[in-house]
Amino acid sequence: MPRDGCNAPAPQSAALRGWLGTTNKMQILGLYNYWIFIVLMMCGFYVVISRGNLVKKLVGLNIFQTSVFILYISMGKIIGGTAPILTGTATVYSNPLPHVLILTAIVVGIATTALGLALVVRIHEAYGTIEEDEIHAQSEDEAL
Amino acid sequence: MVTALAVIRLRDLFAVVMLFGIYSLLSASLFVVLDAVDVAFTEASVGAGVATVFMLGTLALTTSREKTPAAHKPLLPLLAVLVTGAALIYGTFDIPHYGDPGNPIHQHVAPRYLEDSAEEIGIPNVVSSVLASYRGYDTLGEVTVVFTAAIGVLLLIGDARRRRSEDRSRPDHEEDA
Amino acid sequence: MKQYSILRLITKLLLPLILLFALYVQFHGDFGPGGGFQAGVIFAAGFVLYALVYGLDNARRLMPTWLPRLGISLGVLIYAGVGVAGMLLGGAFLDYGVLDPHDPVHGQHLGILLVELGVGITVASVMISIFHAFAGRGR
Repeated sequence: MPRDGCNAPAPQSAALRGWLGTTNKMQILGLYNYWIFIVLMMCGFYVVISRGNLVKKLVGLNIFQTSVFILYISMGKIIGGTAPILTGTATVYSNPLPHVLILTAIVVGIATTALGLALVVRIHEAYGTIEEDEIHAQSEDEAL
Repeated sequence: MVTALAVIRLRDLFAVVMLFGIYSLLSASLFVVLDAVDVAFTEASVGAGVATVFMLGTLALTTSREKTPAAHKPLLPLLAVLVTGAALIYGTFDIPHYGDPGNPIHQHVAPRYLEDSAEEIGIPNVVSSVLASYRGYDTLGEVTVVFTAAIGVLLLIGDARRRRSEDRSRPDHEEDA
Repeated sequence: MKQYSILRLITKLLLPLILLFALYVQFHGDFGPGGGFQAGVIFAAGFVLYALVYGLDNARRLMPTWLPRLGISLGVLIYAGVGVAGMLLGGAFLDYGVLDPHDPVHGQHLGILLVELGVGITVASVMISIFHAFAGRGR
Protein backbone atom coordinates (compact mmCIF):
# COMPACT_ATOMS: atom_id res chain seq x y z
CA MET A 1 0.00 0.00 0.00
CA PRO A 2 1.38 3.41 -0.87
CA ARG A 3 2.28 5.39 2.16
CA ASP A 4 2.53 8.65 0.34
CA GLY A 5 1.66 11.86 2.07
CA CYS A 6 -0.74 12.73 -0.71
CA ASN A 7 -4.10 13.52 0.87
CA ALA A 8 -6.26 13.36 -2.22
CA PRO A 9 -9.93 13.53 -1.27
CA ALA A 10 -11.86 10.28 -1.66
CA PRO A 11 -9.30 8.10 -3.44
CA GLN A 12 -10.84 5.60 -5.80
CA SER A 13 -8.36 2.78 -5.20
CA ALA A 14 -4.99 2.27 -3.64
CA ALA A 15 -3.25 1.63 -6.93
CA LEU A 16 -4.75 4.68 -8.53
CA ARG A 17 -3.76 6.77 -5.57
CA GLY A 18 -0.22 5.54 -6.00
CA TRP A 19 -0.21 6.65 -9.62
CA LEU A 20 -1.79 9.97 -8.74
CA GLY A 21 0.91 10.44 -6.16
CA THR A 22 3.51 10.44 -8.89
CA THR A 23 2.08 13.60 -10.30
CA ASN A 24 2.95 15.22 -7.03
CA LYS A 25 6.17 17.06 -7.73
CA MET A 26 7.74 16.44 -4.33
CA GLN A 27 7.30 12.75 -4.74
CA ILE A 28 9.12 12.66 -8.06
CA LEU A 29 11.99 14.65 -6.60
CA GLY A 30 12.04 12.44 -3.54
CA LEU A 31 12.33 9.26 -5.50
CA TYR A 32 14.73 10.17 -8.28
CA ASN A 33 17.71 8.59 -6.53
CA TYR A 34 15.95 5.24 -6.66
CA TRP A 35 15.26 5.73 -10.32
CA ILE A 36 18.92 6.43 -11.06
CA PHE A 37 19.71 3.25 -9.22
CA ILE A 38 17.12 1.29 -11.20
CA VAL A 39 18.34 2.61 -14.55
CA LEU A 40 21.92 1.71 -13.69
CA MET A 41 20.93 -1.67 -12.35
CA MET A 42 18.98 -2.44 -15.50
CA CYS A 43 21.97 -1.38 -17.63
CA GLY A 44 24.12 -3.88 -15.79
CA PHE A 45 21.41 -6.53 -15.95
CA TYR A 46 21.02 -6.05 -19.68
CA VAL A 47 24.74 -6.43 -20.28
CA VAL A 48 24.82 -9.60 -18.21
CA ILE A 49 21.94 -11.35 -19.93
CA SER A 50 22.37 -10.15 -23.50
CA ARG A 51 26.10 -10.25 -24.10
CA GLY A 52 28.06 -13.41 -24.68
CA ASN A 53 31.49 -11.99 -23.90
CA LEU A 54 32.59 -13.08 -20.44
CA VAL A 55 34.67 -9.97 -19.66
CA LYS A 56 31.75 -7.79 -20.65
CA LYS A 57 29.46 -9.81 -18.44
CA LEU A 58 31.79 -9.11 -15.54
CA VAL A 59 31.76 -5.39 -16.33
CA GLY A 60 27.96 -5.61 -16.37
CA LEU A 61 27.95 -7.32 -13.01
CA ASN A 62 30.15 -4.53 -11.68
CA ILE A 63 27.74 -1.88 -12.93
CA PHE A 64 24.92 -3.80 -11.27
CA GLN A 65 26.95 -3.88 -8.07
CA THR A 66 27.71 -0.16 -8.19
CA SER A 67 24.02 0.58 -8.59
CA VAL A 68 23.33 -1.26 -5.36
CA PHE A 69 26.09 0.76 -3.69
CA ILE A 70 24.42 3.96 -4.85
CA LEU A 71 21.08 2.73 -3.50
CA TYR A 72 22.55 2.09 -0.05
CA ILE A 73 24.53 5.30 0.14
CA SER A 74 21.62 7.42 -1.04
CA MET A 75 19.42 5.83 1.61
CA GLY A 76 21.92 6.84 4.28
CA LYS A 77 21.98 10.47 3.18
CA ILE A 78 20.12 13.08 5.19
CA ILE A 79 19.49 16.41 3.51
CA GLY A 80 21.48 19.03 5.35
CA GLY A 81 23.64 16.39 6.99
CA THR A 82 27.38 16.04 6.73
CA ALA A 83 29.90 13.22 6.58
CA PRO A 84 29.85 11.07 9.74
CA ILE A 85 33.10 12.33 11.22
CA LEU A 86 32.45 13.86 14.61
CA THR A 87 33.81 17.38 14.58
CA GLY A 88 31.77 19.00 17.27
CA THR A 89 30.39 21.68 14.99
CA ALA A 90 27.89 19.81 12.86
CA THR A 91 24.76 18.36 14.37
CA VAL A 92 23.26 16.26 11.58
CA TYR A 93 25.31 13.41 10.21
CA SER A 94 24.56 10.96 7.46
CA ASN A 95 23.95 7.41 8.52
CA PRO A 96 27.34 5.70 8.95
CA LEU A 97 26.02 2.16 8.77
CA PRO A 98 25.47 1.92 4.99
CA HIS A 99 28.87 3.50 4.49
CA VAL A 100 30.49 0.72 6.47
CA LEU A 101 28.59 -1.99 4.63
CA ILE A 102 29.38 -0.58 1.20
CA LEU A 103 32.98 0.20 2.05
CA THR A 104 33.65 -3.45 2.75
CA ALA A 105 31.43 -4.55 -0.13
CA ILE A 106 33.53 -2.59 -2.63
CA VAL A 107 36.71 -4.35 -1.59
CA VAL A 108 35.02 -7.73 -1.48
CA GLY A 109 33.55 -6.90 -4.90
CA ILE A 110 36.95 -6.28 -6.45
CA ALA A 111 38.30 -9.48 -4.90
CA THR A 112 35.45 -11.55 -6.30
CA THR A 113 35.75 -9.76 -9.65
CA ALA A 114 39.39 -10.73 -9.71
CA LEU A 115 38.34 -14.31 -9.05
CA GLY A 116 35.92 -14.12 -11.97
CA LEU A 117 38.62 -12.65 -14.21
CA ALA A 118 40.95 -15.46 -13.19
CA LEU A 119 38.28 -17.94 -14.23
CA VAL A 120 37.98 -16.11 -17.55
CA VAL A 121 41.71 -16.46 -18.07
CA ARG A 122 41.53 -20.18 -17.38
CA ILE A 123 38.56 -20.56 -19.70
CA HIS A 124 40.48 -18.76 -22.40
CA GLU A 125 43.37 -21.14 -21.94
CA ALA A 126 41.11 -24.17 -22.07
CA TYR A 127 38.83 -23.14 -24.94
CA GLY A 128 40.75 -20.42 -26.74
CA THR A 129 37.79 -18.04 -26.60
CA ILE A 130 35.85 -15.96 -24.12
CA GLU A 131 32.59 -15.93 -26.06
CA GLU A 132 29.86 -17.92 -24.41
CA ASP A 133 28.38 -19.32 -27.65
CA GLU A 134 31.69 -20.68 -28.86
CA ILE A 135 32.38 -22.29 -25.50
CA HIS A 136 28.99 -24.01 -25.62
CA ALA A 137 29.62 -25.14 -29.17
CA GLN A 138 32.98 -26.59 -28.23
CA SER A 139 31.56 -28.39 -25.20
CA GLU A 140 28.85 -29.94 -27.35
CA ASP A 141 31.42 -31.04 -29.93
CA GLU A 142 33.39 -32.73 -27.22
CA ALA A 143 30.29 -34.44 -25.85
CA LEU A 144 29.43 -35.95 -29.22
CA MET B 1 26.19 8.08 -15.36
CA VAL B 2 25.54 7.93 -19.07
CA THR B 3 28.92 6.20 -19.26
CA ALA B 4 27.17 2.98 -18.32
CA LEU B 5 25.10 3.18 -21.49
CA ALA B 6 28.24 3.60 -23.58
CA VAL B 7 29.69 0.53 -21.90
CA ILE B 8 26.80 -1.48 -23.30
CA ARG B 9 27.20 -0.27 -26.85
CA LEU B 10 30.92 -0.58 -27.37
CA ARG B 11 32.45 -3.78 -28.65
CA ASP B 12 36.06 -2.82 -28.12
CA LEU B 13 36.71 -4.29 -24.70
CA PHE B 14 39.68 -2.01 -24.10
CA ALA B 15 37.44 1.03 -24.41
CA VAL B 16 34.83 -0.68 -22.25
CA VAL B 17 37.31 -1.16 -19.45
CA MET B 18 38.52 2.42 -19.71
CA LEU B 19 34.94 3.68 -19.63
CA PHE B 20 34.32 1.51 -16.63
CA GLY B 21 37.19 3.26 -14.87
CA ILE B 22 35.63 6.63 -15.68
CA TYR B 23 32.29 5.34 -14.47
CA SER B 24 33.84 4.32 -11.17
CA LEU B 25 35.44 7.71 -10.75
CA LEU B 26 32.11 9.41 -11.45
CA SER B 27 30.32 7.26 -8.92
CA ALA B 28 33.04 8.07 -6.42
CA SER B 29 32.31 11.76 -6.87
CA LEU B 30 28.62 10.97 -6.46
CA PHE B 31 29.45 9.31 -3.14
CA VAL B 32 31.22 12.48 -2.00
CA VAL B 33 28.08 14.44 -2.81
CA LEU B 34 26.12 11.92 -0.74
CA ASP B 35 28.44 12.54 2.25
CA ALA B 36 30.05 9.11 2.12
CA VAL B 37 33.69 10.21 1.99
CA ASP B 38 35.09 6.87 3.11
CA VAL B 39 33.15 5.03 0.47
CA ALA B 40 34.16 7.52 -2.20
CA PHE B 41 37.77 7.05 -1.19
CA THR B 42 37.48 3.30 -1.56
CA GLU B 43 35.59 3.45 -4.83
CA ALA B 44 38.11 5.84 -6.35
CA SER B 45 41.10 3.73 -5.40
CA VAL B 46 39.51 0.35 -6.08
CA GLY B 47 37.19 0.96 -9.01
CA ALA B 48 39.18 3.49 -10.96
CA GLY B 49 42.57 2.10 -10.04
CA VAL B 50 42.99 -1.55 -9.24
CA ALA B 51 39.90 -2.91 -10.99
CA THR B 52 40.96 -1.31 -14.26
CA VAL B 53 44.43 -2.79 -13.96
CA PHE B 54 43.03 -6.27 -13.29
CA MET B 55 40.66 -6.07 -16.23
CA LEU B 56 43.43 -4.85 -18.52
CA GLY B 57 45.54 -7.74 -17.31
CA THR B 58 42.78 -10.14 -18.26
CA LEU B 59 42.42 -8.53 -21.67
CA ALA B 60 46.15 -8.86 -22.23
CA LEU B 61 45.85 -12.56 -21.46
CA THR B 62 42.78 -13.15 -23.59
CA THR B 63 41.49 -10.95 -26.39
CA SER B 64 40.47 -7.33 -26.45
CA ARG B 65 37.81 -7.55 -29.12
CA GLU B 66 34.25 -8.69 -28.53
CA LYS B 67 32.99 -10.77 -31.43
CA THR B 68 29.69 -10.01 -33.06
CA PRO B 69 27.39 -12.87 -32.24
CA ALA B 70 25.93 -14.66 -35.25
CA ALA B 71 22.33 -14.47 -34.14
CA HIS B 72 22.04 -11.47 -31.89
CA LYS B 73 18.54 -11.04 -30.52
CA PRO B 74 18.41 -8.09 -28.15
CA LEU B 75 14.62 -8.09 -27.98
CA LEU B 76 14.08 -10.74 -25.33
CA PRO B 77 16.72 -9.46 -22.87
CA LEU B 78 15.46 -5.93 -23.45
CA LEU B 79 11.93 -7.02 -22.65
CA ALA B 80 13.05 -8.80 -19.48
CA VAL B 81 15.02 -5.74 -18.41
CA LEU B 82 12.14 -3.36 -19.08
CA VAL B 83 9.65 -5.50 -17.17
CA THR B 84 11.98 -5.84 -14.21
CA GLY B 85 12.74 -2.12 -14.27
CA ALA B 86 9.07 -1.21 -14.42
CA ALA B 87 8.32 -3.51 -11.49
CA LEU B 88 11.12 -1.94 -9.48
CA ILE B 89 9.98 1.58 -10.29
CA TYR B 90 6.46 0.65 -9.23
CA GLY B 91 8.00 -0.62 -6.00
CA THR B 92 9.72 2.71 -5.33
CA PHE B 93 6.40 4.45 -4.83
CA ASP B 94 6.23 2.88 -1.38
CA ILE B 95 9.81 3.73 -0.44
CA PRO B 96 10.44 6.67 1.90
CA HIS B 97 11.82 9.79 0.28
CA TYR B 98 15.44 10.64 -0.32
CA GLY B 99 17.18 12.56 2.44
CA ASP B 100 14.31 12.60 4.90
CA PRO B 101 15.68 12.38 8.47
CA GLY B 102 12.57 10.49 9.56
CA ASN B 103 13.27 7.48 7.35
CA PRO B 104 13.23 4.11 9.10
CA ILE B 105 16.90 3.57 8.27
CA HIS B 106 17.84 6.50 10.50
CA GLN B 107 15.78 5.31 13.47
CA HIS B 108 17.29 2.00 14.49
CA VAL B 109 20.95 1.68 15.46
CA ALA B 110 22.47 4.62 13.61
CA PRO B 111 21.58 7.26 16.23
CA ARG B 112 23.23 5.15 18.90
CA TYR B 113 26.41 4.89 16.83
CA LEU B 114 26.44 8.63 16.25
CA GLU B 115 25.63 9.64 19.82
CA ASP B 116 27.53 7.13 21.92
CA SER B 117 30.59 6.30 19.89
CA ALA B 118 32.34 9.45 21.09
CA GLU B 119 32.29 8.15 24.67
CA GLU B 120 32.53 4.45 23.97
CA ILE B 121 35.15 4.38 21.23
CA GLY B 122 36.54 7.88 21.34
CA ILE B 123 37.55 8.33 17.73
CA PRO B 124 36.00 10.99 15.52
CA ASN B 125 35.42 8.93 12.38
CA VAL B 126 32.23 7.05 13.12
CA VAL B 127 32.65 4.93 10.01
CA SER B 128 35.91 3.57 11.38
CA SER B 129 34.47 2.84 14.80
CA VAL B 130 31.41 1.10 13.39
CA LEU B 131 33.57 -0.81 10.91
CA ALA B 132 36.12 -2.10 13.35
CA SER B 133 34.33 -2.20 16.65
CA TYR B 134 30.54 -2.31 16.57
CA ARG B 135 30.51 -4.45 13.46
CA GLY B 136 33.79 -6.22 14.00
CA TYR B 137 32.32 -9.60 13.17
CA ASP B 138 31.09 -8.36 9.81
CA THR B 139 34.46 -6.93 8.94
CA LEU B 140 36.23 -10.11 10.00
CA GLY B 141 33.91 -11.97 7.68
CA GLU B 142 34.61 -9.57 4.83
CA VAL B 143 38.36 -9.88 5.32
CA THR B 144 37.97 -13.63 5.25
CA VAL B 145 36.04 -13.39 1.98
CA VAL B 146 38.83 -11.28 0.46
CA PHE B 147 41.32 -13.82 1.78
CA THR B 148 39.38 -16.71 0.26
CA ALA B 149 39.01 -14.94 -3.08
CA ALA B 150 42.75 -14.36 -3.20
CA ILE B 151 43.40 -18.03 -2.45
CA GLY B 152 41.04 -18.89 -5.29
CA VAL B 153 42.79 -16.57 -7.73
CA LEU B 154 46.18 -17.93 -6.77
CA LEU B 155 44.94 -21.50 -7.18
CA LEU B 156 43.49 -20.71 -10.58
CA ILE B 157 46.26 -18.68 -12.16
CA GLY B 158 49.06 -18.66 -9.62
CA ASP B 159 52.61 -19.53 -10.59
CA ALA B 160 53.09 -22.69 -8.58
CA ARG B 161 50.31 -24.53 -10.31
CA ARG B 162 51.50 -23.55 -13.74
CA ARG B 163 54.98 -24.87 -13.21
CA ARG B 164 53.70 -28.22 -12.04
CA SER B 165 51.05 -28.67 -14.71
CA GLU B 166 52.95 -27.06 -17.55
CA ASP B 167 54.12 -30.32 -19.13
CA ARG B 168 50.70 -31.90 -18.98
CA SER B 169 48.65 -28.96 -20.15
CA ARG B 170 50.86 -27.84 -23.01
CA PRO B 171 49.63 -30.34 -25.67
CA ASP B 172 45.95 -29.63 -24.91
CA HIS B 173 46.60 -25.96 -25.16
CA GLU B 174 48.04 -26.22 -28.64
CA GLU B 175 45.20 -28.38 -29.85
CA ASP B 176 42.67 -25.77 -28.82
CA ALA B 177 44.56 -22.94 -30.39
CA MET C 1 59.56 0.54 -20.92
CA LYS C 2 63.21 1.45 -20.94
CA GLN C 3 62.77 4.37 -23.31
CA TYR C 4 60.23 6.33 -21.28
CA SER C 5 62.62 8.10 -18.99
CA ILE C 6 60.07 10.67 -17.83
CA LEU C 7 57.67 7.94 -16.76
CA ARG C 8 60.41 6.11 -14.95
CA LEU C 9 61.57 9.20 -13.13
CA ILE C 10 58.08 10.29 -12.15
CA THR C 11 57.30 6.81 -10.91
CA LYS C 12 60.40 6.86 -8.81
CA LEU C 13 59.33 10.19 -7.35
CA LEU C 14 55.74 9.13 -6.81
CA LEU C 15 56.29 5.72 -5.26
CA PRO C 16 57.45 6.86 -1.81
CA LEU C 17 54.69 9.46 -1.74
CA ILE C 18 52.05 6.87 -2.59
CA LEU C 19 53.32 4.49 0.06
CA LEU C 20 53.54 7.30 2.60
CA PHE C 21 50.02 8.38 1.75
CA ALA C 22 48.83 4.80 2.18
CA LEU C 23 50.38 4.67 5.63
CA TYR C 24 48.81 8.04 6.47
CA VAL C 25 45.41 6.77 5.36
CA GLN C 26 45.98 3.62 7.38
CA PHE C 27 46.81 5.27 10.68
CA HIS C 28 44.80 8.44 10.28
CA GLY C 29 41.64 6.49 9.53
CA ASP C 30 40.41 7.12 13.07
CA PHE C 31 40.25 10.87 12.54
CA GLY C 32 39.49 11.41 8.89
CA PRO C 33 38.27 9.34 6.02
CA GLY C 34 40.37 6.26 5.57
CA GLY C 35 41.16 2.93 7.12
CA GLY C 36 42.60 -0.44 6.37
CA PHE C 37 40.65 -1.19 3.22
CA GLN C 38 41.57 2.03 1.45
CA ALA C 39 45.14 2.02 2.69
CA GLY C 40 45.67 -1.53 1.53
CA VAL C 41 44.44 -0.73 -1.94
CA ILE C 42 46.55 2.43 -2.22
CA PHE C 43 49.62 0.59 -0.98
CA ALA C 44 49.06 -2.11 -3.56
CA ALA C 45 48.44 0.49 -6.25
CA GLY C 46 51.91 1.90 -5.58
CA PHE C 47 53.50 -1.47 -6.27
CA VAL C 48 51.29 -2.05 -9.28
CA LEU C 49 52.47 1.27 -10.71
CA TYR C 50 56.08 0.28 -10.10
CA ALA C 51 55.56 -3.08 -11.76
CA LEU C 52 53.84 -1.50 -14.75
CA VAL C 53 56.65 0.96 -15.39
CA TYR C 54 59.74 -0.98 -14.36
CA GLY C 55 58.62 -4.47 -15.32
CA LEU C 56 57.51 -7.40 -13.25
CA ASP C 57 61.00 -8.73 -12.56
CA ASN C 58 62.15 -5.55 -10.88
CA ALA C 59 58.90 -5.42 -8.94
CA ARG C 60 59.47 -9.00 -7.79
CA ARG C 61 62.91 -8.01 -6.61
CA LEU C 62 61.35 -5.18 -4.62
CA MET C 63 58.54 -7.31 -3.23
CA PRO C 64 59.22 -11.04 -3.54
CA THR C 65 56.21 -13.19 -4.32
CA TRP C 66 56.19 -15.01 -1.01
CA LEU C 67 55.87 -11.79 0.97
CA PRO C 68 52.32 -10.82 -0.06
CA ARG C 69 51.29 -14.48 0.11
CA LEU C 70 52.43 -14.51 3.71
CA GLY C 71 50.69 -11.20 4.27
CA ILE C 72 47.33 -12.51 3.07
CA SER C 73 47.07 -14.89 5.97
CA LEU C 74 49.01 -12.72 8.40
CA GLY C 75 46.40 -9.96 8.22
CA VAL C 76 43.49 -12.30 8.89
CA LEU C 77 45.47 -13.83 11.75
CA ILE C 78 46.11 -10.40 13.28
CA TYR C 79 42.41 -9.62 13.08
CA ALA C 80 41.29 -12.92 14.57
CA GLY C 81 44.19 -12.78 17.04
CA VAL C 82 42.94 -9.48 18.42
CA GLY C 83 39.58 -11.14 18.91
CA VAL C 84 41.11 -14.11 20.70
CA ALA C 85 43.28 -11.80 22.80
CA GLY C 86 40.11 -10.08 23.93
CA MET C 87 38.70 -13.46 24.90
CA LEU C 88 41.82 -14.42 26.84
CA LEU C 89 41.69 -11.14 28.74
CA GLY C 90 38.19 -11.93 29.89
CA GLY C 91 36.04 -10.14 27.35
CA ALA C 92 33.98 -11.35 24.43
CA PHE C 93 35.44 -12.20 21.02
CA LEU C 94 36.46 -8.94 19.32
CA ASP C 95 35.71 -6.97 22.48
CA TYR C 96 38.49 -4.38 22.47
CA GLY C 97 37.52 -2.71 25.73
CA VAL C 98 39.47 -5.23 27.80
CA LEU C 99 42.72 -4.78 25.87
CA ASP C 100 43.70 -1.91 28.13
CA PRO C 101 43.00 -2.79 31.77
CA HIS C 102 42.77 0.82 32.90
CA ASP C 103 40.68 2.52 30.28
CA PRO C 104 38.26 0.75 27.95
CA VAL C 105 38.37 3.67 25.50
CA HIS C 106 42.13 3.21 25.11
CA GLY C 107 41.53 -0.47 24.62
CA GLN C 108 39.10 0.37 21.84
CA HIS C 109 41.69 2.62 20.21
CA LEU C 110 44.30 -0.12 20.37
CA GLY C 111 41.91 -2.75 19.09
CA ILE C 112 40.75 -0.65 16.16
CA LEU C 113 44.33 0.22 15.26
CA LEU C 114 45.40 -3.43 15.25
CA VAL C 115 42.31 -4.60 13.42
CA GLU C 116 42.71 -1.96 10.74
CA LEU C 117 46.36 -2.95 10.46
CA GLY C 118 45.29 -6.54 9.86
CA VAL C 119 42.75 -5.45 7.27
CA GLY C 120 45.32 -3.26 5.55
CA ILE C 121 47.94 -6.01 5.39
CA THR C 122 45.47 -8.51 4.01
CA VAL C 123 43.98 -6.19 1.40
CA ALA C 124 47.37 -4.91 0.20
CA SER C 125 48.78 -8.42 -0.02
CA VAL C 126 45.71 -9.73 -1.80
CA MET C 127 45.85 -6.99 -4.42
CA ILE C 128 49.60 -7.39 -5.00
CA SER C 129 49.29 -11.18 -5.21
CA ILE C 130 46.41 -11.02 -7.67
CA PHE C 131 48.32 -8.54 -9.79
CA HIS C 132 51.39 -10.75 -9.78
CA ALA C 133 49.26 -13.73 -10.71
CA PHE C 134 47.70 -11.91 -13.67
CA ALA C 135 50.93 -10.33 -14.84
CA GLY C 136 53.02 -13.46 -14.35
CA ARG C 137 50.54 -15.54 -16.29
CA GLY C 138 51.16 -13.73 -19.53
CA ARG C 139 54.72 -15.01 -19.96
